[in-house]
Amino acid sequence: MKILVVDDEADVQPLFLQRFRKEIKNHEVEFSFALSGEEALRYLTEKHSEVVLILSDINMPGMSGIELLDHIRHDFNMPPQPVVMMITAYADNENYRQAMDKGADDFLTKPLDFNLLKEKLKRISK
Amino acid sequence: MFFFTFLAAFLLTVRIRRALKFSPIYPKWRTVLTASGWIIMGLWLLFNYYFNSEINEILGALMLLGILLYLKKEPDFKSFEVLVFAHYPLVIVAFVNGVVSLLFPDFFDKWDNFFICAQIVAFGWIFARFATSKKQQEEIKRINERKSELEILVAQRTTEITKQRNELQDALKELQATQAQLIQQEKLASLGELTAGIAHEIQNPLNFVNNFSEVSMELIDEMEHELSKGDTEEAIAIATDIKQNLEKIRHHGQRADGIVKGMLQHSRASSNVKEPTNINTIADEYFRLAYHGLRAKDKSFNAELVANLDPNLPVVNIVPQDVGRVLLNMFTNAFYAVHEKKKTADPDFKPRVEVSTRTIHALKGGHHSIEIRVKDNGSGIPDAIKDKIMQPFFTTKPAGEGTGLGLSLSYDIIVKAHKGKIDINSKEGEGTEFVISLPV
Repeated sequence: MKILVVDDEADVQPLFLQRFRKEIKNHEVEFSFALSGEEALRYLTEKHSEVVLILSDINMPGMSGIELLDHIRHDFNMPPQPVVMMITAYADNENYRQAMDKGADDFLTKPLDFNLLKEKLKRISK
Repeated sequence: MFFFTFLAAFLLTVRIRRALKFSPIYPKWRTVLTASGWIIMGLWLLFNYYFNSEINEILGALMLLGILLYLKKEPDFKSFEVLVFAHYPLVIVAFVNGVVSLLFPDFFDKWDNFFICAQIVAFGWIFARFATSKKQQEEIKRINERKSELEILVAQRTTEITKQRNELQDALKELQATQAQLIQQEKLASLGELTAGIAHEIQNPLNFVNNFSEVSMELIDEMEHELSKGDTEEAIAIATDIKQNLEKIRHHGQRADGIVKGMLQHSRASSNVKEPTNINTIADEYFRLAYHGLRAKDKSFNAELVANLDPNLPVVNIVPQDVGRVLLNMFTNAFYAVHEKKKTADPDFKPRVEVSTRTIHALKGGHHSIEIRVKDNGSGIPDAIKDKIMQPFFTTKPAGEGTGLGLSLSYDIIVKAHKGKIDINSKEGEGTEFVISLPV
């Protein structure tokens, strides 16, 4: 399963790689990273069909996660539709409602609970 | 005709008495003057009875002369000098009349009309002089009254002015106290703006600290597992990861530390101590803080942040928290401007705020300086208010949202305290660029 993680903080990359160390080793998941919404879109243009799950931060300079979500749902409105989970440090209703309205599949808050995330991944892959 | 001298003497006492009536020396002279009047009358009757008119004329003249000489000598009557002087012609004429009529009665009889005329003229002269002197005295009196009126007025005005000056001084003191308070409030207000940004900025590194330490524990379990299996190679790979993680924990711990320190510095009253500072660090820190501060307040807010920081920027001697405050103010303004524009602009509008730093090399022998540019593509500053924006209390924000002190304080900090410069390039509807120069 290919997962694209979008976050302007570069250090989430080693974090994900280590947290999913076993899963990566067993080829259960594969990670790609983008540091901004724009970069994520460029990546998707090339490899749209490969990506199964997108985990995106909402609060990023430039294109926000919500905007990215909007683009994904409109510009890549063809099967297979990736699962999109929004991640934010601002866990308020407004953010949640906005994300869900724009077509997010799930809404996670920082700090990320990786065990919860793994549970969710298992459900998706089934 | 000798009664002229007596009459003149009598009238003189009466006039003096009247003139002195309201002066403080009146009680001293009242009796003397009244008595003199009666004595003169008595003398006249006495002389009239005992002597013939020629002798009387001479005696009258001498008596009058005596009175005049006495008055002249007495300092209390100095103001009557003119009046006294006016009597001398009569004294002379009367005396000459008396002597001539005594020694040359025939000559006198032949010319008696002339002599009488002279005496009448001399007598009249007294009245004329008296009238003018009275007028003069009235004039002097009037001037004196006016003078004292004016003096009272001047005194009144002086009191008023002194009172006003004191009031103004009090008002000035109050203003200065209020200004100091306002500056403190402005600092607190900007701290308030920062709080959300600070929370976000601290939360992020803390998350990393927690996450990396958690994952490291898992990795150690794995490493133990690998070691027990005898897979040293894998164990070493894991150890490398753990080491990296510990470095990251340290890095993010320091990041949070720096933010807390910066926050404390910001709220603390300025120490006014200049220290060598890297502007890039401050600029980057406040850029993010300002952004997240606004972002936390208004969820719809978003902007592209661009930082072009010259890595070779020399350190400058500045008061870091003061210059930080200036930058924070510029960033907040820039974000506010793009946010305002976004409300009315078409949906394609991309808010963008850019901060850049660079070194300006002096041409010849001068001092280098560094330049910080804060540029936005927001609503811009209308020409009509361009020269007002640095004034204290000038703000375009709705009441209660801005103190109007941000730019005014920035000006004081950069120009007055750091001998720098603030330039503004702005076009209404297109954006604004603040250029801060600081001498190295």
